Amino acid sequence: MIIIASDKALPPNNTSASTDSWYESSARQRVENLLDANSFNEFIGPELRETSPHLPLFDLPEQFDDGMIVGYGRLDGIPVLVAAQEGRFMGGAFGEIHGAKLTGLLRAARDIAWLPVLILFDTGGVRLQEANAGELAIAEIMRALIEARFAGIPVVGLVGGRAGCYGGGGLIAGCCSALAVSEQGRISVSGPEVIETNRGLEEFDSKDRALVWRTMGGKHRRLIGGAEVFADDTVASFRDAARFLIKHAPSMSLEMLEAEQFRLTQRIEQFGTCADAADIWRSLGATKPQSIPALPHPDFVALANDLQEPHYVAR
Amino acid sequence: MLLDKILESLFPSGHTVLVACGLIFGRGALADGDSIAVIGVDGRIPIGVDEAALLSGHVLDVIKSGGNEPILILIDSDSQRMSKRDELLGLNEFLAHLAKCLILANKLGHRTIGLLYGHTAAGAFIATALATQTLLALPGAEPAVMDLPSMSRVTKLSIEVLQEKAKSTPVFAPGLDNLAQTGAVAITLDPDRSLAHQLTSVLSQPVEREDSRDKLGKERNGRPKAADIAKRVYELARASV
Amino acid sequence: METLNYRANAPQRAKGSKRQVIVGVVASGNLEVLAERVLPDSECEVDIRTAAEGFGEVWQAVVADFVERRSPGGLKFSINDGGARPDTVALRLAQAVSAIEGERT
Repeated sequence: MIIIASDKALPPNNTSASTDSWYESSARQRVENLLDANSFNEFIGPELRETSPHLPLFDLPEQFDDGMIVGYGRLDGIPVLVAAQEGRFMGGAFGEIHGAKLTGLLRAARDIAWLPVLILFDTGGVRLQEANAGELAIAEIMRALIEARFAGIPVVGLVGGRAGCYGGGGLIAGCCSALAVSEQGRISVSGPEVIETNRGLEEFDSKDRALVWRTMGGKHRRLIGGAEVFADDTVASFRDAARFLIKHAPSMSLEMLEAEQFRLTQRIEQFGTCADAADIWRSLGATKPQSIPALPHPDFVALANDLQEPHYVAR
Repeated sequence: MLLDKILESLFPSGHTVLVACGLIFGRGALADGDSIAVIGVDGRIPIGVDEAALLSGHVLDVIKSGGNEPILILIDSDSQRMSKRDELLGLNEFLAHLAKCLILANKLGHRTIGLLYGHTAAGAFIATALATQTLLALPGAEPAVMDLPSMSRVTKLSIEVLQEKAKSTPVFAPGLDNLAQTGAVAITLDPDRSLAHQLTSVLSQPVEREDSRDKLGKERNGRPKAADIAKRVYELARASV
Repeated sequence: METLNYRANAPQRAKGSKRQVIVGVVASGNLEVLAERVLPDSECEVDIRTAAEGFGEVWQAVVADFVERRSPGGLKFSINDGGARPDTVALRLAQAVSAIEGERT
């Protein structure tokens, strides 16, 4: 067996971290490069080894942070609370510890009442090996998140990771004050494989990547109003989006939920009979819907702003 | 327990609850003469965008009608509807919106009580029963995050192995007892006693400000760490400013 | 899961003053390495929990080679391994030392 153990094996130093791909970055790299240099202070870091108490039962490896990083930092000088999921560990899924960290962070945000929260989603949903704990964690996170918003706190979600934002993660994202999503950032409740397994290949071919992207991907979510900002797949773009959305995040109220009710029922009326995302885009006014998946970032942003203004006060 | 029998036992003084296309809407009369709004899902139907929007619209109507009328949500559902159409239309937003409406109702002074009397699973469970302030269940209810055969496919462990593991922990397997132990279900009702009395007793208990499900899960040995981890993060975050 | 532990003498103390770093993630074919400056300057230790059982000799060889090349005196390495190849293990260990010595990883 050949063992390479020289410094030559290290990747070259990247002097411009902000142009790093969000999709390719780890959760720690995202947090480090998103926030101001050396401003991040982690709560219950990996050195405390608060690992899942349940994975050993399944003889599965643990991760020291259980795939969730939470802490305090600064974004262009603005103090923020941050949570980031590692999509490569157990698919970023919510387990007991993983979820409880975010619950605690949001409860603190609610009671501090002036610190915005950023959630860097990267998740397949509930971790099945601790499904009941994960499901409840999602319910607790949603309640704490909504209470924080009710207290006037912006809770901004950033979606652009490998695991996407599926299952309960999609529901938490739907509770955020505002979302930024990149092309790669799929948001959905049932994943492609789940739909195919339950309803058959005719309903959804999970191997058809183009179908997955246009049904669940960031462009579609931005176009139907499921996300406010379409980000490019760079740390810098997500940083700009986060900074912008923190300022465009009005607090939760009855009026806002009535506006959301209207927005969502309108969506069913407008697009409820469309068989494919391309049909929805066409009925939004896109003259060449088939060209949308290949549109570069700035062109798509311009088109989206033309077709569908973001609704900042209906979420 | 069947819905008709449940409604009869809950509301001996009468109710206007109707079921249409699997969705439950109406009002029941409480013992003290006050009313309680009733919504829900019957007959194990899945919750898709259409169902979620109807339910959330109803919750908003209750809030808008003023006062602090409690809301009871009765659940015998499938999981979320797993379809291309629902995901195309943004099912995550519809389910989140339903949960937001229930939680906002609670914040604005309405007691929200869930009653599981049949099945529920996954996203449907989170958006309805788990978005209430107090979750009750009747024996025989079958809440599940995911069924064992699907879990077996994903974890690549046989159903027998999963069943064996489920004996030592309530943390992953479906079922009312497991979900009660992890803190999801506050009280399992006695079907042989008047449900009206049991509901009145729940409504008369003081309202807890905090979500105490993680503490309940710890007391019942279903979730050993969640409450402590959440509390530690909470304290560290508060100390950071 | 298998637990392995290696201790070795290191002729030189790892440079820098950072107390701890973490590199990598636990995934199939990948691993995380937590390095902590908690030992006397002339010692090092590698603690491994691995999903791939029965590779103790390979680990020993990788660790011995790593200690000889980098002399990570004073450092304790804790590894959660998802079944990484030896070259990936060596890479992560080297990244951990570089990171704790102050270089960007």
